[in-house]
Amino acid sequence: MYEKLKEKVCVSEHSQYRYIGKHENRADGEDLVSGRRQFLDDISLPGLLSVRVLRSPYPNANITRIDVEKARTAPGVVGVATYKEAPDWFCGLPHHRRVLDSHVRFVGDSVALVAAETEEQADEALKLIEVEYEELPFVLDCEEALKDGAPQLYEQFKNNEIEKVTPFSEIPFNQIFVGDTEKAFKESKYVAEGVYSYEGLAHPLPPESPGVIAQWTNPQAVTVWYNGGAPHLQKFNTESSIPGVAVRVIASASGGSYGSKQLIPHLVLQACLMAKITGRPCKLLMDRTDHLLSYELRQGSRIRGKVGMTEEGIVNAVEGMWYTDSGMSSTYAQAMTAVGLGECQAFLGKCKDWALDTKLVATNHSSQAPIRGFGGQECKSVLVPLVCTAIRAAGKDPFEVFRDNFVKDGDRYIWRDNLWWDVRSIDYTKACDETARVFGWKDKWKGWETPSYVSPDGRYAIGVGVGVHGNADIGEDPTEAMVKLHPFGSATLELCVAETGGAQRHAVQKMVAEVLNVPIDGVQVVDPDTHGTGYDAGMIGSRGTITMGTCSIRAAKDAKRQLLQRASEMLNVDVDELDTADFFVFHKHNKKIYLPWIAVFGTPEMTITGIGKYKQNFDKPNFALYMAEVGVNLETGEAKLLRAVEGTDVGQIIDPINVRMQAEGSFGSAGADTGLFEEMVMDKKLGRFLTGNMIDYKWRTFNNFPRFDAVILESLWETESFKAVGFGEISPSPAPAAILMAVGNAIGCEIKDYPCTPQAILRAMGKIK
Amino acid sequence: MSEDLKRVNVTINGKLRRFLIGDDDGCVSPSETLLDTLRYRLGLTGSKKSCDHGACGCCTVLMDGEPVDSCMLLTAECDGREITTIEGLCDPVTGELGPLQKAFVDNSAFQCGYCTPGIIMSTEALLRRQPHPSESELTEALSGNYCRCISHYQVVRTVMEYVEKGGA
Repeated sequence: MYEKLKEKVCVSEHSQYRYIGKHENRADGEDLVSGRRQFLDDISLPGLLSVRVLRSPYPNANITRIDVEKARTAPGVVGVATYKEAPDWFCGLPHHRRVLDSHVRFVGDSVALVAAETEEQADEALKLIEVEYEELPFVLDCEEALKDGAPQLYEQFKNNEIEKVTPFSEIPFNQIFVGDTEKAFKESKYVAEGVYSYEGLAHPLPPESPGVIAQWTNPQAVTVWYNGGAPHLQKFNTESSIPGVAVRVIASASGGSYGSKQLIPHLVLQACLMAKITGRPCKLLMDRTDHLLSYELRQGSRIRGKVGMTEEGIVNAVEGMWYTDSGMSSTYAQAMTAVGLGECQAFLGKCKDWALDTKLVATNHSSQAPIRGFGGQECKSVLVPLVCTAIRAAGKDPFEVFRDNFVKDGDRYIWRDNLWWDVRSIDYTKACDETARVFGWKDKWKGWETPSYVSPDGRYAIGVGVGVHGNADIGEDPTEAMVKLHPFGSATLELCVAETGGAQRHAVQKMVAEVLNVPIDGVQVVDPDTHGTGYDAGMIGSRGTITMGTCSIRAAKDAKRQLLQRASEMLNVDVDELDTADFFVFHKHNKKIYLPWIAVFGTPEMTITGIGKYKQNFDKPNFALYMAEVGVNLETGEAKLLRAVEGTDVGQIIDPINVRMQAEGSFGSAGADTGLFEEMVMDKKLGRFLTGNMIDYKWRTFNNFPRFDAVILESLWETESFKAVGFGEISPSPAPAAILMAVGNAIGCEIKDYPCTPQAILRAMGKIK
Repeated sequence: MSEDLKRVNVTINGKLRRFLIGDDDGCVSPSETLLDTLRYRLGLTGSKKSCDHGACGCCTVLMDGEPVDSCMLLTAECDGREITTIEGLCDPVTGELGPLQKAFVDNSAFQCGYCTPGIIMSTEALLRRQPHPSESELTEALSGNYCRCISHYQVVRTVMEYVEKGGA
């Protein structure tokens, strides 16, 4: 199962550095393995109350009567809130979800809040709340929701189409209409149409549920501790919901997020409300059932489209409608649409003629989440199979088509800011070919709907599939950082970077230590707190390496320049003749000339501060190619992933272990297994999810992981971040489509339904209806 | 104090702890889980409250040397038991990491690290009864430990190397 695991993780090809490309222990490692690392539930404040939520049993209903008097007087209860007491605080994009509302829109929606001395007391009090509902018809299908006469979730969203706005540009990027598709289709050799859906609504399911502690420090200021990775985003998100209030956000260690906890607007508002009502700090940490049934899911995705391809295998025309099912609310799903559309163009980098529109739809299940993949996994899981209908018609090898169509230097795309970007990219052909070689694609690919192996008794077959993905968001959003040099020999990096598991704090610490040439533990990264750091959008979308990295490097170089300049004046030596290492400044060619930092400073009562700023840039997409080998029992429909290989080119490895684990992370965060078996199961008659615990929500156990190989090339990008680009976010995105293709090839016919459960496979084979 | 309160004695990380079971203030409720006692009464927060229904292994501790989900045990039922938590693997005097913990740090066998204490405790239990497990024995022993970041492969690499080196 874990074949080849004894092989050493390779170190970087480029090992001229002290730290970059080599493994170093993480600064938080000892605390993590000893239990000392403080997560949200480990934070204790005097007078801290626990908040619990009464949830709706109906997918769409009005509250006609609610009586909380018994709950108010229950033991330990300090405060109760319903929609009647709640202020008009709204979240969502555009604002539409009230902190508490008389209209509940999914099974699990918030009905009332109780704050009590203990969680158990709050739970007991919830049972004492009397509620009467007026049940309303509900809608779960995105296209049904768009029809006239469908149940309306919000008055302002006519036919449940959520308004097209984004935070990225004045004119939102939510469609691609360029060129002339009618003309292009006439020039296409192969044209294919179809409807593809990716609607398993899988759960990101980090081991630590989303949570928040809120404490008002004065009537116009609230401090929020949360376990997400984007404190400044959460800050301005909450400030937009509570006008006139200054919000300070501190990120605790995060027990996994995968994007899903980067913003938790509704929870934050609820905790702020109860802290306001009670005058005490309030903690709202979802339990696992609430997390599974009431928190955000990977959005549903469906495409009705048509693609054209030339004789040479270049996709030259795309048109259609891409529907995304946002559930009962959009945190900022419009942004995911914008990013997804950009990623479509990275995938089909040669296509000049597009007519691809989108609709973001509200339905009566829990809301969508910005999960790892952020629109890209959702769009790619439907667009790749659609494109494959044309590739299949041409009888071409999908690997070759994907390789040849992926965007390259000199191509252009419109990115999420609604601007054209000229691509400045390395050529990923080498990464494609190396990945295919490691996987053995040439030997295993036997043609469409053709297994690579069939057992002698004909009961078992193996098929292979391939998927591809790339994302230029690795350069997204501005960042500010400061590096302070301290006279007795240490440095602090003031950058708002939370740790959600991707080791990004570690990466920027290494980069600063490399620039300053000091021991790595001589660099401290400050705690992520919006009050003490400049702006940063957070650890999202693989942006950390380029944006935080570049910013930290610029700040470190600025501080170093000031240090050497000061030493130059003291020593009367040209600044270019000086360098620094291990908290000494020295002459490059005369080892007798050196000064410790304290001597350069001249006093312990000052610091030298370097500043780094970064503006966003979308000219570089990262890349992932995923190859899957799936075995299928043709009698039972049971499918099993036998092996997977993922390949990329990161420019320069920062840490060999951590980057490899990012590739292996393709299994997690509602990733690869959403192609095979992972989904939330719903009773559609009741509009109620059935998978409310981790036994019913099926996922892989430790002893059920297949062989996995990562191919990580280092072609040295032209970036300031030691020629590296970020990769981690995208590793799951190409996998579901690859698995769908592999299953189809194993069973000898196209399969369209995610995930490839035994029922879906037997249905595709025509063995059941 | 009520005469009929039950007293339980539990040795936790080498220290004898005595709890009164009852509903009076300060007592351990009969329904209080071992996990809650460890986390909220003793401040041993290394054991994590994740699923709270025995499905994720984030709260794994050793009871008389065997790995157990502490969210599925009542403290009232732990009388006479010996409990070891992740904090108990460190040197009680110096706080220095135990050798298995050190191996995890040196190999960064974690991402977010939330599930890591549970994984280490399950591994520790295995290695105490089987110092030289095969890979399949290791993954079987860890099959109750949930990790969503996917540290699985790195954990296996780390532990097997640790075993090959004789556990040092």
